[in-house]
Order: sequence, then C-alpha cells, then structure tokens
Amino acid sequence: MLEIKNLTVWYGGINAVKGIDISINRGEIVTLIGANGAGKSSTIRAIAGLVKGCGGSITYTANNGVSSQLLGKPPEAMVKLGIALSPEGRRILPHLSTEENLLLGAYTLNDRGKISENMEYAYLLFPRLKERRGQKGGTLSGGEQQMLAVARSLMSSPELLMLDEPSLGLAPILVDEVFEIIKTINTEGRTILLVEQNALAALKIAHKAYVLEVGSITIQGNGNDLLANPKVKEAYLGG
Amino acid sequence: MDINMFMQHFINALGLGSLYGLIAIGYTMVYGILRLINFAHGDIFMLGAYFVFFATVQFKLPWMLGVAIAIIGTTLCGLLVDRIAYRPLRSAPRISALISAIGVSFFIENIAVVIFSGMPRPVVQPPLLMEAFSISGIRLVPLALMVPAISFMIVTALLWMIYRTKSGLAMRSISFDIETTRLMGVSVDRIIALTFAIGSALAAVAGIMWALRYPRVEPFMGIMPGFKAFIAAVFGGIGSIPGAMLGGLSLGFVEIMSVAFFPKLSGYRDAFAFLLLVVILLVKPTGLMGEKLEDKI
Repeated sequence: MLEIKNLTVWYGGINAVKGIDISINRGEIVTLIGANGAGKSSTIRAIAGLVKGCGGSITYTANNGVSSQLLGKPPEAMVKLGIALSPEGRRILPHLSTEENLLLGAYTLNDRGKISENMEYAYLLFPRLKERRGQKGGTLSGGEQQMLAVARSLMSSPELLMLDEPSLGLAPILVDEVFEIIKTINTEGRTILLVEQNALAALKIAHKAYVLEVGSITIQGNGNDLLANPKVKEAYLGG
Repeated sequence: MDINMFMQHFINALGLGSLYGLIAIGYTMVYGILRLINFAHGDIFMLGAYFVFFATVQFKLPWMLGVAIAIIGTTLCGLLVDRIAYRPLRSAPRISALISAIGVSFFIENIAVVIFSGMPRPVVQPPLLMEAFSISGIRLVPLALMVPAISFMIVTALLWMIYRTKSGLAMRSISFDIETTRLMGVSVDRIIALTFAIGSALAAVAGIMWALRYPRVEPFMGIMPGFKAFIAAVFGGIGSIPGAMLGGLSLGFVEIMSVAFFPKLSGYRDAFAFLLLVVILLVKPTGLMGEKLEDKI
C-alpha cells in the first residue's frame, strides 16, 4: 500500500532521515518507534507533504489500484488520495466546536450523507465527543482532544491513517483506551501507520515495527519479535 | 436641533458608516487569515468606483450591467494583487508582504492617474435613486436608505457564509492554524484567494455606492476612505467581521454627529476618526469585538 524507498529528509544542513525503506501492506498496523529526534515525525511529515527537502520515493497505492508518487505533493493532495494524518500535539482548532473540528476533517467529502455517516461512526468510537459536540475544542481535556484528533482524521474516510504520537501527554489509563480504539479502527479495515515513543504499547498492537535511531532504521520485524528483542528491551522497554 | 434634523443626520451616518464597514470587512478578513494589512484595499475600492463610472457614464451601459461589471472587474483586480504581490511572499517575513502592500497601493494610484488621468470626473446618478420623498417630515432620497440596506444584507449573507459553509469553516480554521488546515485537505491558496475575492467584491460595492453618494471619481479617492475603514476595522477588533461593521458604523456616527452638533469643528472631521483610533489603541487595543491576539504557533 505504501512503499518508502531510500527516503531522506533535510532541514537546512541537518540530515534528519538518512535513506530509510519502509513498506506497509494493506490492513496492517505498522509502527515507527525511537527516541526523540530519531526522525519518526520527519518521516510521517514527509509522507504528508509537510516538509520540503525530501529525497527518495514514497509510492502509495490506493484500494482502487491506482499508484501515485507522494513526494512533492502538498498535504491536500494526500488527503484526496485517501491518507489522513492526526498530527503530533493534536492540533485541535481551539476556537471551533468539537463538531466543527470534525466537519473540517471531512472537508474533502462532498456527500452530506457520507459526512454524517462518518460523524456517527466517530461518535460511536468516542461517545465522549458526542457529549462535547457543541463545546469549543480549546475547552476539552487533553484526552478528549486526542480522541478528537483521531476522530477528525477518520472523517475523510481514509484508507491509510497516520497517527503521530497519539499517547503523548495522556494518563496511562487513557493511553490504553486510545490504543484499544486504534486496534478497533484497524480491525474494521483501515491500515495504520503509528509513530510512538511509548514503544511497549505500540509494539503490542503492531503487526510490523521499525526502530529508528538518528535517522536510520536499525531494527525491524514483527511486533512480537521486537517485544522480545533484547536490544529493543534494553533501549525502549525499560530493560 | 429638532428631531427631523437629527433623523436626517442619523440616516446619513448610517449610510456613511455602513460604507466604512463594507470596506473594513475586506481589511479584517485578510488580516484575520494572513496577518497582513492590505494597504492596497482602499485603491481596490477606488477601482470599483472607476469601473462603474466607465461602464455607465463613458459607455452608457445600463446601471445593473455597470454594477455587475464593476464588481467582477474589481474582484479580478483584487485576485491579481494577491497572486502577484502577496502569494510569492507567503513564507517571507510578514513585514515583506506589508511593504509589498504599500507598494501595490502606490502603484495602483499612479497607474490610475496615467490611465484615467488625475482629473476628477462626475458620475451621473440614476434619477430614480435621487427622487426625494419625505416620511413624517424627514426628507430622503432612496439612495440614502438603499446604502445601509444593501450593506446589512451583504453582511448577513457573509456571516452566513463564514459560519455555515465549508469554505467559511476553512477560513476560520486557516486563521488559526494553516498547517493543520492543510492536513484536513484544504487548499489554502484557494481559500486565501476566495478571501481576497470577497473583500474586493465588497470594496467594489462600497466604491459603487460611494460614487453614487459623492458623485465623482478621482484616482486618490480611495486613500481617505481606506484609512477610515482601516480605523474602523481596528476599532471594531481586527479579525472580526461584525466588529468591522460595528467599527464602521461607529466611525460614521462620530464623523457625522460631531459635525452636526458642533458645526464649528467641521474642519476637524477627519481628525475625529484618527482620534478614535488613538483612544481605542490606548484603552482597548484589541478593539470592541476583537479577541486577544495569540501569535500563531
């Protein structure tokens, strides 16, 4: 579904991603783990078209079989192709209501029926958001904002959902809840690329995982293998 | 002053104020999204007046057609200004776009002198709009009522558009966080162009009605109303559309009433507007309806 080949990302003179290969198959949860500054967010932002100065290739094949090169395309083109990103730090629009934030997520859809169907689905996944539908995004709690960010990214009916640090700043009980929902979203048919610092939680639900260190992939394999990998254990799972 | 006299001043102020309001909306919308003071906006207003002058006086086209041509022509000019002078500077420091705006303003004024000549030209008012009638002793021309009525209809439609449509949602979203808005699939350049189009169309409407109220056009006629409307936008709270209208009306009333009640001060009419700006900046820098400005993250 998504083939990344020899991706490099430069910020001025700094080489944040140094030629990585990632492959995501339809229906998988793939996770990128690594420390702060390892290049996880840069990778996801390169896919989204948010960074200039990328090299290599990112080929996306939609469910209808059409392939396209994502590098050099703006974010709005990515959304139209069927990819959505829930950005790091949630980026909820604080002056818009919960419902308006969701509607914004459905900007690329024109079918009203489809939009309200997606809205119902979002409220089904996150009943709390339904209670908060008229409330301004800025007044929601951190956990509710994270749920809104995930729900909003589902509103465009994406085939590939990218989540950048969905557990950041959440209480442990909420982290479990969010990951449970990510699993649900996946079993209901969406492919997921998950970028996380919480390696344990991410590896538990991932089919495939990549460990990034200073811009290069050092370890890769399926989620369970990495959970058992001594190097991963020592560096990311607290020994 | 008797009540009839006062009502006449009142309606006069309503008309002038709503024209300031219409122009101010263009400043406030562009500022809300780009944090740019579009100094060329007053000159776009001037172009609106010239378009309708050429269409109706020079080419003797019917008024409705002339109005349509003026609105479309002015909107295209506004879009062109954005495309040529502002879009290439989107990621440049804000001061660059501001300087570009000042440059565009001088450019439009001077090219207007070259093309239209600096000589003021009279606009022929449609007689239908100037037939005086009186309601309970207040003598009025239809134009005096038409100007505020049209302005309020336009503002209502605009607010509906901003709060009830997808493009409006995108506009409100861009003003806070461009990157996230793009991630939702919004083409930001298109929404910005739409903002300039709306602002310019409103300036055209204001320019047309201005040319009807004060029936002449000249290349520098946009400078003072432009400044006043900018003051109105700041007074109402820059970034807020209802604020821009409220600011415009306030300014209209201050100007007309100060002269009405203190005829000796009529020479200081413009000074009152700027005094209002100084006072609001000292007392409530965010304006009447402005929200606290947070710098975009």
